[in-house]
Amino acid sequence: MRLALRLLAREWRAGELRLLFGALLVAVAAITTVSFFTNRVQLALNTQTNQLLAADLVLIADHPIGAQFAQRAEAAGLRLARTLAFPSMVVQGQRNQFVEVKAVSPTYPLRGDLSTSKVLFGPGETSPNGPKPGTAWADARLMQLMGLKVGDVISLGQARLSLAAVIDREPDRAGDFFNIAPRLMVNIDDIPRTQLIQTGSRVGYRLLIAGDEKALAAFRAWAAQRLGRGERIEGIGDARPEIRSAMERAQRYLGLAALVSAILAAVAVALAGRQYLARHLDSCAVLRCLGASQATLFRLYLVQFVVLGFSASLLGGLVGLGGQAVLAELLRGRIVSDLPAPSLWPLAEGTAIGLLLLLAFVLPPLLHLIRVPTLRVIRREMGPPQQRGIISYTLGAGLVAAVLIYRAGEISLGLYVLGGLLGVLLVGLFFAWLLLRLLSGLRRHARGVWFYGLANLARRRAASLTQILGFALGLMALLLLTLVRNDLLSSWQSALPPDAPNRFLINIQPNQLPALRQFFQDEKLAAPNFYPMVRGRLVAINDRPVRAEDYPEERTKRLVEREFNLSWAEQARKDYEIKAGRWWRPSDAPDQFSVEEGLAKSLNIQLGDRLSYDIAGTRVSGRVTSLRKVAWDTMQVNFFVIAPPGLLQSQPANYITSFHLPSGRETLLNDLLRQFPNFTVIDVAAIINDVRMIMDRVSDAVTFVFLFTLLAGLVVLYAAVLATRNERLYEAAVMRTLGARSRQLAAAQWIEFATLGAISGVLAATGASLSAWVLAEQVLHLPYIFNVWVWVIGVVGGAAGITAAGLLATRSVLRVPPLGVLRALQ
Amino acid sequence: MIVGVDQLGKSIAHEGAVLTILHDISFAIKNGESVAIVGASGSGKSTLLGLLAGLDTPSSGSVTVNGVDLFALDEDGRAALRGRSMGFVFQSFQLLPMLTALENVMLPIELLNGQDARSRAQHILERVGLGERTAHYPRQLSGGEQQRVAIARAFVTEPALLLADEPTGNLDSATGANVIELLFALNRERGTTLVLVTHDAALAQRCGRILHLDAGRLVEGA
Repeated sequence: MRLALRLLAREWRAGELRLLFGALLVAVAAITTVSFFTNRVQLALNTQTNQLLAADLVLIADHPIGAQFAQRAEAAGLRLARTLAFPSMVVQGQRNQFVEVKAVSPTYPLRGDLSTSKVLFGPGETSPNGPKPGTAWADARLMQLMGLKVGDVISLGQARLSLAAVIDREPDRAGDFFNIAPRLMVNIDDIPRTQLIQTGSRVGYRLLIAGDEKALAAFRAWAAQRLGRGERIEGIGDARPEIRSAMERAQRYLGLAALVSAILAAVAVALAGRQYLARHLDSCAVLRCLGASQATLFRLYLVQFVVLGFSASLLGGLVGLGGQAVLAELLRGRIVSDLPAPSLWPLAEGTAIGLLLLLAFVLPPLLHLIRVPTLRVIRREMGPPQQRGIISYTLGAGLVAAVLIYRAGEISLGLYVLGGLLGVLLVGLFFAWLLLRLLSGLRRHARGVWFYGLANLARRRAASLTQILGFALGLMALLLLTLVRNDLLSSWQSALPPDAPNRFLINIQPNQLPALRQFFQDEKLAAPNFYPMVRGRLVAINDRPVRAEDYPEERTKRLVEREFNLSWAEQARKDYEIKAGRWWRPSDAPDQFSVEEGLAKSLNIQLGDRLSYDIAGTRVSGRVTSLRKVAWDTMQVNFFVIAPPGLLQSQPANYITSFHLPSGRETLLNDLLRQFPNFTVIDVAAIINDVRMIMDRVSDAVTFVFLFTLLAGLVVLYAAVLATRNERLYEAAVMRTLGARSRQLAAAQWIEFATLGAISGVLAATGASLSAWVLAEQVLHLPYIFNVWVWVIGVVGGAAGITAAGLLATRSVLRVPPLGVLRALQ
Repeated sequence: MIVGVDQLGKSIAHEGAVLTILHDISFAIKNGESVAIVGASGSGKSTLLGLLAGLDTPSSGSVTVNGVDLFALDEDGRAALRGRSMGFVFQSFQLLPMLTALENVMLPIELLNGQDARSRAQHILERVGLGERTAHYPRQLSGGEQQRVAIARAFVTEPALLLADEPTGNLDSATGANVIELLFALNRERGTTLVLVTHDAALAQRCGRILHLDAGRLVEGA
């Protein structure tokens, strides 16, 4: 042990360890920077989407909420607000209107903003709190329906309230999509005066909670144990499928960026480790001569690597911590106003990953190294021992695979990337080998410097292959992150184009469809698709009655208790993704259902199960013949359960549609409601904005994270070049001795590096395109866009970048007097 | 006179102190002469040879080769001069591992953009007895064979001056003797000036003149 440390210190002094140390340091710094940063951005994204709840957590009950919850939350330093909601009647003069009343405490909202205006469809102004006591706010629909204006006095129960503003935006309004009554918002202190809340009133009570993430998690766990009948607790993930879906994609993007940095790190460490061990063949042989056993040698080097790995990784982790702080500072106000503090977990994680990577890559060659023939001391031309034993390499590969899957944070993403990596490695190895063969054939016909450039490549075939693969992986990661990233993001964003539907229209009667189509045509709006909607309650699965108490999850219980919206369709819509089974054909029997994947999972419904619905007293049954994935964040009308027309057509139905209402044409809704008074319009523009905002934030975050991955990529390139630097110095010195001029040497190196770079570029572009295709189609569920620039930049950029890096790393070749080099390297 | 050495000195900084390897060396070598540089290990023999070839730079003094001041030229100028008028044989052969025997020998001609590189290289390899092994890589050749390739490479441009650094140092005595025979035979055939560094007294005796170095000073033979 002490000998190992002494040797380590000597080697450090001799400069032997610097590349390995540096590669590891940058690798871990990149991993932890990304990790710290994504960790913080994710926390921030969560906070932001929590605006849709107006809080981080909401405790919901159908009766007044027990005081112990508020006391506990306050004791934990959490902020609180209360709301209650109930249906009632607003009266003004002779007119009255059924409304959904929402009473809010002075601290509401905890997250997000209220926005109000003084006139109907006027510009919105942000308001930190709800209405003051004695006043009320009404939404645009209520104003229109009753012909109200700001300043009017209305009656709510026994209370008279002055109308102070028009509600432009209410953060948690989006939370209940199919809330059909117009909104009246009042101060919670006015409720007793209304005398509307009596025993048996249908009132929804909410306790809004916000604050520190840890305290929230602890509170949620505590509260979950104490929820009574009719009480439940919700976070953002529970609230809106659109947002959940957008968040999942966002996390995958960030995970991808983190994963790519891990791959680059692994490659850099592998290259540096390989070089280190290659340079130690002689030392090993000498130590063997001096009587060291293989076991002693193994221990000696292992201790060195562990000490080296640990210190480099820890230092890298600290650099990462500093890096992300700088990053967060740069982004202040750009991405988020205030990033939550990072946890220290990434530091421990980065150190462990660094150490694992080092061991994964140095253990296998180390096992070979210690078997170096002792004779090498005398006959230096004896090479390293023959590589044997797949076992040691399997160990290394296994460790790397485990690290990658862990970094991906998700098995499927990890496996795709790992599979892609393996594929690229194998195919790359084959093609690189083929190209090198071709080139070494070609060199016989080449002249002058071309001959030497190509001869170098061919002679160092093993080293060239390693370098090409290292370069290719580095380039591939960079291409994937730059160009492909843009494609993936824009394809995601195009799922929500500027003309994405922003209004839903419900309660359309079948006989109103022709007139409604005519209305759209007259207003020069594209006629949307109308979807039939049948309400039914799920009563049995495989003829076993469905009961809420059979499901542990609160959300599932509610799903089971309420009526489902069923629909029928002949054809599958383009965006439906059938995950299991198949869509029906017109000739099939009609008793079939297609069920949304997530619902099937929640209710434990399998393909082939028989579902029975009670639709207005009639029992309708059918088998599940397909499971569908629904892209919730596209703002199209979606249904959990769809049947062929034959099964539901005879049931009482109304229609639903979604359409894009260009901004500035909001008054058109007045005409629409005048002509079809039974319709309900639901405004989802606010949700769309929120989803867009998440996309923009993610796009920004990925761009910045990318800069660090880029750094890791450059280290890979540098390490790969350095790996053959000594050989190059030596050869150049010999050539100089024989009379070669700088120009000739430089030209030969140019040719060699440019060829290496171009081959790597071809492989990298192929790999990046394939990976992007798989990622788009399989992981992110987006259409793949072919990008020709991947190839242009891959090949040209690869050749130029590697030539530059190579010449930089070997520039001393042209400067140092040859004798010194020859002596040093002999 | 082909080589002129005037007050040549070489010192290096080592751990804060200045270490002088060569002191004030002056001598001249005439065309066609054969000269052995001898001395104990660390006496500065190889450093002196390196300076004669312009592979290293001196701290003081000058070296002229064919009347050209070596150190008035830049690195490229010295490389060009070496290519035109010098050949080298090293103790550890210094063949380029990525090139075959034939390609190693062709290299100096090609660096000078010379004609008929392949046939000239082939011819001299046959002369050193390796006509059958031209397609082999250095790692496929024995030590003696590698040194013969190195000798072929040194003579292929027909240099006026041949510098050899312990040419037999890495070889057994029989193989070494063969290599020496070859070296002197080619020297005679082509009228080359030969300067060699050696430990081997027998080898030194075969040269026309012996320069004896002791601790960086020329003590005999100037």
